[in-house]
Order: sequence, then structure tokens, then C-alpha cells
Amino acid sequence: MKNPSKARVGHPAPRASTLGGLQAWLPRLVLAPSVAISLFFVYGFMLWTFILSLTSSRMLPSYDFVGFGQYARLMQNDRWWVASTNLMIFGSLFVVICLVIGVLLAMLLDQKIRQEGALRTIYLYPMALSFIVTGVVWKWLLNPSLGIQAMVRSWGFESFRFDWLVDSDMVIYTLVIAAVWQASGFVMALFLAGLRGIDDSIIKAAQLDGASLPRVYWRVVMPCLRPVVFSAVMILAHIAIKSFDLVVALTGGGPGYASDLPATFMYAHAFNRAQIGLGSASAMLMLGGVLAILIPYLYSELRSRRHG
Amino acid sequence: MPMLEKTSLKKTSLALATTLAGLTMTGQAQANEVEVLHWWTSGGEARAANVLKDLMEAEGYGWEDFAVAGGGGETAMTVLKSRAMSGNPPSAAQIKGPEIQEWGELGLLGSLNDVAEAEDWDALLPDVVADIMQYGGEYVAVPANVHRVNWLWANPEVLDDAGVEMPTTLDELFDAGEAIRAAGYIPLAHGGQAWQDATIFESVVIGSQGGEFYQRAFVDLDPEALGGERMVDALEDFKRLRELMDDGMSGRDWNIATGMVIDGEAAMQMMGDWAKGEFTARGLTAGEDYLCAPAPGTEDVFAFNIDSLAMFRVNDEEELEAQQALARLVLEPTFQEAFNLAKGSIPARPDLDMSEFDSCAQQSLSDFQRTAEEGGLVPSMAHGMAVRADIQGAIFDVVTNYFNDDDMQAEEAAERLVNAAEAASF
Repeated sequence: MKNPSKARVGHPAPRASTLGGLQAWLPRLVLAPSVAISLFFVYGFMLWTFILSLTSSRMLPSYDFVGFGQYARLMQNDRWWVASTNLMIFGSLFVVICLVIGVLLAMLLDQKIRQEGALRTIYLYPMALSFIVTGVVWKWLLNPSLGIQAMVRSWGFESFRFDWLVDSDMVIYTLVIAAVWQASGFVMALFLAGLRGIDDSIIKAAQLDGASLPRVYWRVVMPCLRPVVFSAVMILAHIAIKSFDLVVALTGGGPGYASDLPATFMYAHAFNRAQIGLGSASAMLMLGGVLAILIPYLYSELRSRRHG
Repeated sequence: MPMLEKTSLKKTSLALATTLAGLTMTGQAQANEVEVLHWWTSGGEARAANVLKDLMEAEGYGWEDFAVAGGGGETAMTVLKSRAMSGNPPSAAQIKGPEIQEWGELGLLGSLNDVAEAEDWDALLPDVVADIMQYGGEYVAVPANVHRVNWLWANPEVLDDAGVEMPTTLDELFDAGEAIRAAGYIPLAHGGQAWQDATIFESVVIGSQGGEFYQRAFVDLDPEALGGERMVDALEDFKRLRELMDDGMSGRDWNIATGMVIDGEAAMQMMGDWAKGEFTARGLTAGEDYLCAPAPGTEDVFAFNIDSLAMFRVNDEEELEAQQALARLVLEPTFQEAFNLAKGSIPARPDLDMSEFDSCAQQSLSDFQRTAEEGGLVPSMAHGMAVRADIQGAIFDVVTNYFNDDDMQAEEAAERLVNAAEAASF
């Protein structure tokens, strides 16, 4: 009754009803468990987190509802604002610098140079490391009494200073350095694939018209790469929001809590400080951040599909 | 090929089935057996925990080890919470300080009053300690050891080289620091992590304003003490300590800082007596190769950090019996001695023979008894003995932010301390 047209598609001939019915139902039957599991373990727990964020839960979940009190407390929490501001700084710099470096590397590698495969591997390889490894390595490099500063000083430049790691105003930029080091090779790979997918004849045509190489890239190639830019931004943005391991390994949130991010804030409060309610509230705000990026993406995806 | 696939599939499903069976089996202490959650996982600690296991087994009880690694026990507490939420807590868990009260409020802890009466814990334990072990007037936990938090450790060769004595007041510490710096050493080794900042802050507050003030500020959370002029003075002394530290301290682990003292790179470190484990692990002798003294200005105060095992409520008769036996054995001399020799702390019962212990531990115990009588025995805020986890966390935030932010004034930090104590929770 509800969907007669669909039923007609599923049953082309009324006589083969049993087999045809099974065939129509089989995919749904097979998918049902995994859909149910996803619904429960992803969306169910999201809902549960939201419910908890409205309670006064401390060490264990309780159902003593306090309205939006936890959100109000979060708004008054200095550390939460430090964490959110840090995410803004870290996220925007990380995405922009990765894109710029990735595009440049991809364009340089695209010039039909020798040993391209080897170079590509070298640039891409950091992505194969865990953020924990990246964090620990950069922690040593940036430590003023062990790493770069100590090395340059030992060369005789006694007044050289590079102590961002221990400077509460600059420490957030050390996270950007390490994260960019890790992810820009991956962005390069994305763009290289995009570049290779562009139809040669367009570029040839532009060259016949007398366009210079930079002009070809700027006017012809870059517009063709728009979908790649979009995917790269999506991936980088969600890496930025979920950044947790890098902070833990590189700075531990310090000095003080100057390099805290919402993810580390949430973990510290929900699990170490017996503040499940407050932690849930911060998790919901992070979810809001992810949705703010995801919804425009899904919207544009769906729209382009309709037009295409 | 198909045959092979079939057998491997069979094997996999069999393996899966056994794992699942295993999962459901573990975690449920069988009758006559205790399951103990703890994070005594470092070499010496694990050996000490084994002593308890052997004692239990000698009396015919089973011991199921539920050790969760991770220094401060944060991972272990997360595991414990998930176990408790699923209605299946272990029989005993390493829970300490005000957290015992929180678990008690949830109605999950069982009474140890029978054992306590039989063994006369009231007479055995100092009142301050006994209070922490009780919820609603009943013993629910048993102390394994006592750590002193307000210690100063030093390398005597570096002190000699700089021509200074072990400082006994904060002023002496700052003077000595200048001389040590001039001699080319780092005066004070420190790790810039929030809990370490709070650990030295607590010693500075006591050293600067005394134990009674500390009690008012961090145990009673009196806003006048937290935000008053005396706190501002203490905060300023605290920030002055930065002059004695090196640039690379941010994020450094405490044992690395102790290593700097051992290697003669730094002269001193303010840290609890678990630092002694690092010295003894290198084969050094207390009083000769390294020195210990109460943190400057705190000789009349003993800031304690007590590890304890809290007992969860069980219904099974036999399990209950095993649990009570465990509680009794923890406080008996055999375990107390073995455990505390390994851990660098002192026994929770003051009546033991201390001849096996080193000079620092002996001093620690005599100070413990003396301060218990004189009222200088205070719970450590930095180690979760004084206030609830959420208030402690809020105080940590203020302390570490103030210590690391060059622009924040002591007055502002004191104000924030008051807010931290008030705004902590519902």
C-alpha cells in the first residue's frame, strides 16, 4: 500500500513470487544485523552521551537531570575556552598549510622527474606512522635542552632560541608543525592522483593557446582539482578535530594546559576527574563541530548528484 | 582447497568460542577467591604484590590478579568503573582518599568491621588514617602504605661543589639555588606536568605558611585561606621556584628528573618518597650517595599519600571470607614490611620493627608518629587525599596555569583557586 511502484519492481512476474521475494529481501536481511549494530553502537551511544550531558553524573553515570547546567559550567570553564581556541588555531593552520604544501609538492612531482616513485614514497611515508611516534620524535627535536635549540647552540650560536615547546603562547604551533609534517605527504598523494586524472588534451589545448605553465596550473588544472581539495579538507578537518594522540605524546596538554584540545579536555574530565556529565557536554559540542563540517559536505554531495 | 577452508573455519570458530567462554569466565571471582584490581606493576611493586598473593594462598585462598598498568592508576580506575557499571566489580580494588567516600556513596563497598574489631585497627591506625578508611562509620578499606609527599632529595657531591648545605627553609633554598646555578648546575630538577606542579606547590604552601594554613586551604577549602593574602605570598614563593629550574622541564616525567639528580646534572628535587625507588634501583645508599630532608620549611608537617585496598560488597559467603582474610593480611607485618621495602614508603601501622629500612624511611616513620601526635599530619591535595577528584582537577588547572603563564599575577591565581573550590560540581 505504502509503496506500490517499488513492489512492482521487486515482483516482475507474479508467478515467481517466492524466489523473487527472497531475492528482494536477501540484501536487506544480510545488511540488517550490521545496520542494527551501527545504529545501536554509534547513534545509540551518541544519544546516551547527550542524555548524560544533561545529568549531574560524576564518577559513574547517574540520571539526576540538571538541564543544560553542564553546558553552562563548560562555558564558564577557562580551560574549555583555551581548548576551543587552540582547536581553531590548530585546525585552520593545519588544513591550510597541509593543502599548500601538498599542492606544491604534487605539482613539482608532476613535472615528469626521475625517481618519482621513490620521492613519492618518501613524502608519503610519515602518514604510515602513528601520531604517537610523530609526537615523541618532535618532542625530542623541539625540547630546548635536547633538540634543535641545543644543537644550534652547540655550533656556537649561543643566543639562538627555539623554545616553543615550553612557551605557553607558542606551544600550539608546535602541534601544527608535527601534524603538518605527518599529513602533508598524504595530501600530496591525493593531489597527484587528481592531477594524473586530468585529461591531457585540455592542457595541450591551453598550451596551444599560448598559456604559460603557472597559468595553466592556476586557470586550468586547479579548477579541475576542486573535488580533490574538497575531500582533502574534509579529511584534514576531521583529523584536526579528533586530534588526541599527538597532544598526549608531544606536549601532554602542557605547559599548564596551554596546548589542550577539546578531545584531551573531554578525556581528562570524563575519565580522570570523575566529571562524566561535563565530559559528555564537551563531547556533544565536539560532535556539533563535526556536524558543522559534515552537513555542508553531505548537502553539496547530494546536490551535485541531483544535478549530475 | 575447500577442505582446508572448512577446517580453518572450524578452528577459528572454536577459538572464538573458547575466547568468549574465557571472557565470561574471567572477572567472576569464584568462591573462596579474591580478585584484586591494582596497578602495582613496576618490578619491585609486582614482587611486593606477589607476597600478598603467597600469603593468601598459604591460608588456602585463591588470588586472581587483575593488574592494570599505568602509573597514576588512571587506566585502572577507568577499567574499574566499567566493571562496576556492568554490575561485576572485583572483590578488592586499589582505591584511595576521598574516592573511597564516593564509592561508598554509590553503595558498592562492603564492611570490614568484623576484621577491624578482631585486629583492633582503631588502636593500630592513627585517627587521620582510620577516618579515611571508613565510610559511614564502618571500615571499608585497608591501608597498604604511607608515602610522604613533602620531601627534598639532593645530590651531596653537587651541594659540596657549590659550597651549600641542605636548605631547611625556603629562603635558604633560594640562596642555595643561586650558588648552585653559579657553580654550573641546575638547582632544582622538575618535571612540568600538572600533578608535579601541584606536588611542589603543596610543599611550598606548607613551607611558606605552615601546616595549619594548608589544612584550612586545601582540606577545609576555606575561601578566606584560598584567596587571602597568605595564599598570595605562597603563590609568589611558588613562582620563584621557576628561577631554579631548567628550560626543558615541560612534560618531563618525574623519574627523569630524579635521574638528573642522580647523574649530578641537577642538585635537588622536590618529590614524594617514591623517588627513592629510583635511587635504590641505581644501587645508591641513603644518607651517603643521596640526601633526603623534609621539603624546606615543612619539617613539622607530614603530607601523606596512602595507598589502600577498598573492598566491594559481595554476597557469596566463601568469597566474603576470602575478602576478610585479605583485609587482615594486608595490615599484618609480613606484607607491610615486604611491600614497603619495595615501594620506598613506610608501613601504615607505626608499631613495626624498622631496622631493615633505610635512614630516610626511618626518619619518615618517626616524623609520621611525631606529627600524628602534634597534629601536623595532613592529607596531600596533589595526590588525591584531601579533596574530591573534580575539585582537585580544578585546583590543578589553576596551579599549573599560573606556574606556566608568565603574565598571571598571584592575586588572580588566588581568586581562581576560590572559584575552583566553589564551582567544581553539582
